[in-house]
This record gives sequence, structure tokens and C-alpha cells, in this order.
Amino acid sequence: MVRAPRLRDRALIAFSWFSGLGLLAIFAVVIGFLLARGWSSLRPELIFGDTPPVQALLFRQQVFDGLFPAIIGTLSLVLLAMTIAVPLGLAAGIYMAEYCRGSARRLGLFFDILAGVPSIVIGLFGLSLTIFLHRHFFGRLYPCLLVSALALAFLVLPYLIRSTQTALEEIPRTVRLSAPALGASRLQNIFLVLLPRSLKGISSGILLATGRCAEDTAVIMLTGVVASAGIPRSLLGSYEALPFYIYYISSQYGSRQELQNGFGAAVILLFVCALLFTAALVVRHRLAKRFFHR
Amino acid sequence: MKPAPAAEKLFFGAALFSASISLFILLFMVVLGLPLFKDGFFLRLFTDPWRPDHGLYGISAMIAGTLGVSFLALVLALPLSLGCAILISIIRPPVFGRLLEKTVQFMTGIPTVVLGFVGVFLLVPFIREQFGHGSGRCLLTAALVLAVLIAPTMILFFCDSFSRIPASWLRAADALGCTPMEKFRHVILPNSLQGLAGGTILAMGRAVGDTMIALMLAGNAVAAPHALLDPARTLTAHIALVVAADFDSLEFKIIFACGLLLYAITLAMTLLIRGLDRGNGGRTW
Repeated sequence: MVRAPRLRDRALIAFSWFSGLGLLAIFAVVIGFLLARGWSSLRPELIFGDTPPVQALLFRQQVFDGLFPAIIGTLSLVLLAMTIAVPLGLAAGIYMAEYCRGSARRLGLFFDILAGVPSIVIGLFGLSLTIFLHRHFFGRLYPCLLVSALALAFLVLPYLIRSTQTALEEIPRTVRLSAPALGASRLQNIFLVLLPRSLKGISSGILLATGRCAEDTAVIMLTGVVASAGIPRSLLGSYEALPFYIYYISSQYGSRQELQNGFGAAVILLFVCALLFTAALVVRHRLAKRFFHR
Repeated sequence: MKPAPAAEKLFFGAALFSASISLFILLFMVVLGLPLFKDGFFLRLFTDPWRPDHGLYGISAMIAGTLGVSFLALVLALPLSLGCAILISIIRPPVFGRLLEKTVQFMTGIPTVVLGFVGVFLLVPFIREQFGHGSGRCLLTAALVLAVLIAPTMILFFCDSFSRIPASWLRAADALGCTPMEKFRHVILPNSLQGLAGGTILAMGRAVGDTMIALMLAGNAVAAPHALLDPARTLTAHIALVVAADFDSLEFKIIFACGLLLYAITLAMTLLIRGLDRGNGGRTW
């Protein structure tokens, strides 16, 4: 071999190591900075302020200077959004994997388009839908928890459909055909054989979508989240949420204490998303392993 | 087999409804932005400056902001991602490679707003002190953080397209006495160009569509940025900032033009990726 390629080889290897170490360093700095600044504020007061935790948890007393309302807001938002999105996404995914033949396959294009639409545009859609309904049908409807949850559901729908479809399509033909061969109906095959078999792929998709709901800020900014609302009282009221609180603090914090709360909130949100994400990876990894051993 | 048709209808209904959402979004943007399409007003969106108090509602500065921030982020992230992908899937150092791969996977899960938050309190003061002028919120700051946001997606996409090269080709290269890097340059790279292009377009779409990073870090001044340290406002940040205005004002209607433009850009990218994919003979995501 001539020398020139070896030199190029070495340069490429050096560059790759440089990139890899660089990325790891960036990651370490981001996480390290957050933990260093936010760790000390992770105390019960961060969440409950001056209110006794038990009173707050029983919703007997309002929390004014803690994250409690924002956490409850995010929790109800995520639950509501997933309640809307999961049945819809599973049903659509089942259709795409099990029923869809011929030209109906083109529906996939629209899911891809929806997956690409920026979250702020989905938020804008939620807002304009609210304005439309407010003007023509329900005068009492304003941007609120329900609208946000609906818009978030639209945001994660394409991921849920795709992960369900992929999980179902990965099932080997032999498994797919054995129940019908024994006389099971198509629906029995889907619910008793195919869905249980693809549970891990589907649940990892659901976990990822949940994380996406919990972290998204752009959608809820346009559809009803506010800086201070207390515990959400109804589906049609405004609410607080963790990601918006973090954004709000970064743009206008009034005191050191508030800034410290912002760091605490960022650590909590990071932790929640990391947990969901790791759970999704573990579940999916198990799935992959099962397939390799077959 | 009796209940099947009803169930099939139900499943089909769910699929049809989900698919129709992407059309409804487009419809709402067009209908609510309709007043903008009259009397040549639409063209003036691209030529006028943004001065609502003077009745001028041009969004060209925001378009420049979006393009500037996302291109710069892409330029920063592309070499980094390529290097990391080579390290993970070609060089494969036993421990470090696995560690890097896990880290990259984990990084895709970091909330955007948290990344922006770190940017505000870590990178903004740093840029301000390093360059000694302005607030530190500028094109460069936003692009740096945005690069960190899109790099993991690109790396995973690149690794995936590297792993699609048939094993027999790689063994043939081995048999010819190629070093791993020669194998990469002569066999893997030329045959995964479509995947690389797809990953890059996907990342570009993420960069264009992201709101929080630009909103928190780019400074949001309404003027087209001319230098790295100039503040900029993106289309997405503009929507977030104007939305507080009165619903009936023209100012408010403009954001539907921004929404429409963003929709069109991301639609074009989605179609491009699908086109590349078809050429590739398989679905990659």
C-alpha cells in the first residue's frame, strides 16, 4: 500500500474520535451543569413551597410558591393526551398493518406528513380550532387543558401509528398464520395472538410518545398554558405545566429563589423524560433479543 | 368471520381520521390566512419590513432568521454526526463505542426546553463574555444549541444507513485487503449516500420546525441577521411571540402565513425523504 491512503485513514479515525469525545463532552457539560445548579434545590419545598405536603396532596390547600400545580398540570395533560391518542393510534396502526391493501397504503404518506409538521404549527392548529369552535358552536370554549391535550394527541399520533404498525409487521408469518389455520377469526387472531406478541414494541412506542407529550412546550404555549393558574380545576380551564414553567423562568425570573426553582424544574423534567426513555429502550431491547434467539 | 367487517370499519375510521388531521391543519392555515391572499398582499409579505405600527407586515426577516439558524446548525452538526456515526458503526471501539451509542440514544430524549434552559444560563453568558458585545443571544448561540439537538437524530440515522450495506460486500472488501477506513471510504460511504441525504434532510426539518431553542436563545430581534453575533427571529419564534396579539388584527393573521410556510417547508422535506427512501428500496423510519 502507498502511504497517502494510510494518512487519510488516520485523519478520518482521528476526526471520528474527536467528534465522539466532543459529543460526549457536550453531553457531560449539559447534564453536569444542570445537576450542579439544580441538585441542591431538589427538596420538598421545591414542590410544595410553604404548604404542608399532605395538605397539598389532598388538594386541601393551594400551593403558591412550589412546582406542585405545574406537576399536576403536566400529569393531567399527559394522561388526557394519551387517553385520546393511544386508542386512535393503536386502531390506525392495526388497520395499516393488518387490513390495509392496495391504494389505502397511501394513507402512510399523511402520517409521515403529520410527523413532520412542526409542533408550533400543531399548536397554531389547536388555537385556530378553538377560535373556530368558539365563534360558531361553543361560546364558552377558550384555550384550555382539553384543547392542549387534543393538540398534543395529534402531535404524537403518527409515532404511535408507526410503532404499532412496525411491531405488528415484524411478527413472523408462521405465527401470523397459525391461529387462522386453527379456525380463529381475523379479529381473534389480532387480539389474542398478534397484539400480545407485539406488546413490547407497542408499549415502547407509547412510552416514547408519553415523553414527547411531557416535554413539548410549543404546542401548549399556544393552547392554554399559563404561568400561574393553580391546580387545574376543569378540562375547560387554563393550567400550569413543567416545560412552560422552565421557559417562563428562563425569560423572566424575579428572584434568585425563582431561578433556583427553574433549575429544580429542569432537573425534574429531565429525570422524568430520561426515565420514560430508558424504559422504552429496555422494553424494545428485550424485544430485539427475543427475536434474535428465535 | 361475522364481526370482522364492523371492526375493520372502525380501524379504517381511525386511520382515515388520523390521516385527515394533516389535511385539516393545512385547511385551517389556508382559510384563516385567506385575507392575506387578496390584492397582492401576499407578495408584500416577502418584501415589506415587519413594522405593524406602520401597517407593514413583511416576514422576510423571519424567513432569513429561520434559514440562517437552521443552516448554521446543520453545518455545525453534520461533520460532528458523521464522525460519531463512523466511530459507532465502523471503528467500534469496544467500550467507548457502546457508551457513545447509548449516550446518543439518551440525548434524543433530552427535553428541548431543558436544552434551551441550559443554553440561556451557560452558553449565553459565555458568548457574551467571549465576544464582548451584545446580549449573547444571537444566531450563533441558537445554532450551537440547535446543533446539539439535531445531532443525535442524524447520528442514529447515519448508523442505520451504514448498517444496511450487505454483509457480502463488506466481506469482499475485507478479502481484497481493505483497512476498515478504506472499506468505509470505498464501499460503505458511496453506497449509503441516500441514507446520509435522508438523515440530513430529516435533521434540517427538525431544525426548521423547532421553536424553543430559537425563541430562548436567538434574541428575537426583527431584522435579518447579517453576522453570527446578530440576533435573529425565526418563523416559529415569531408565531409564539405574536400569538398574544388580538385575534382579529392583521398582525395575528400573518402568523397563519408563517404557519403555512413552515408547513410547506416540512412537507417538501417529508416528500423528499420518502422519494429518497423509495430509491433506497425500503422504509428507514
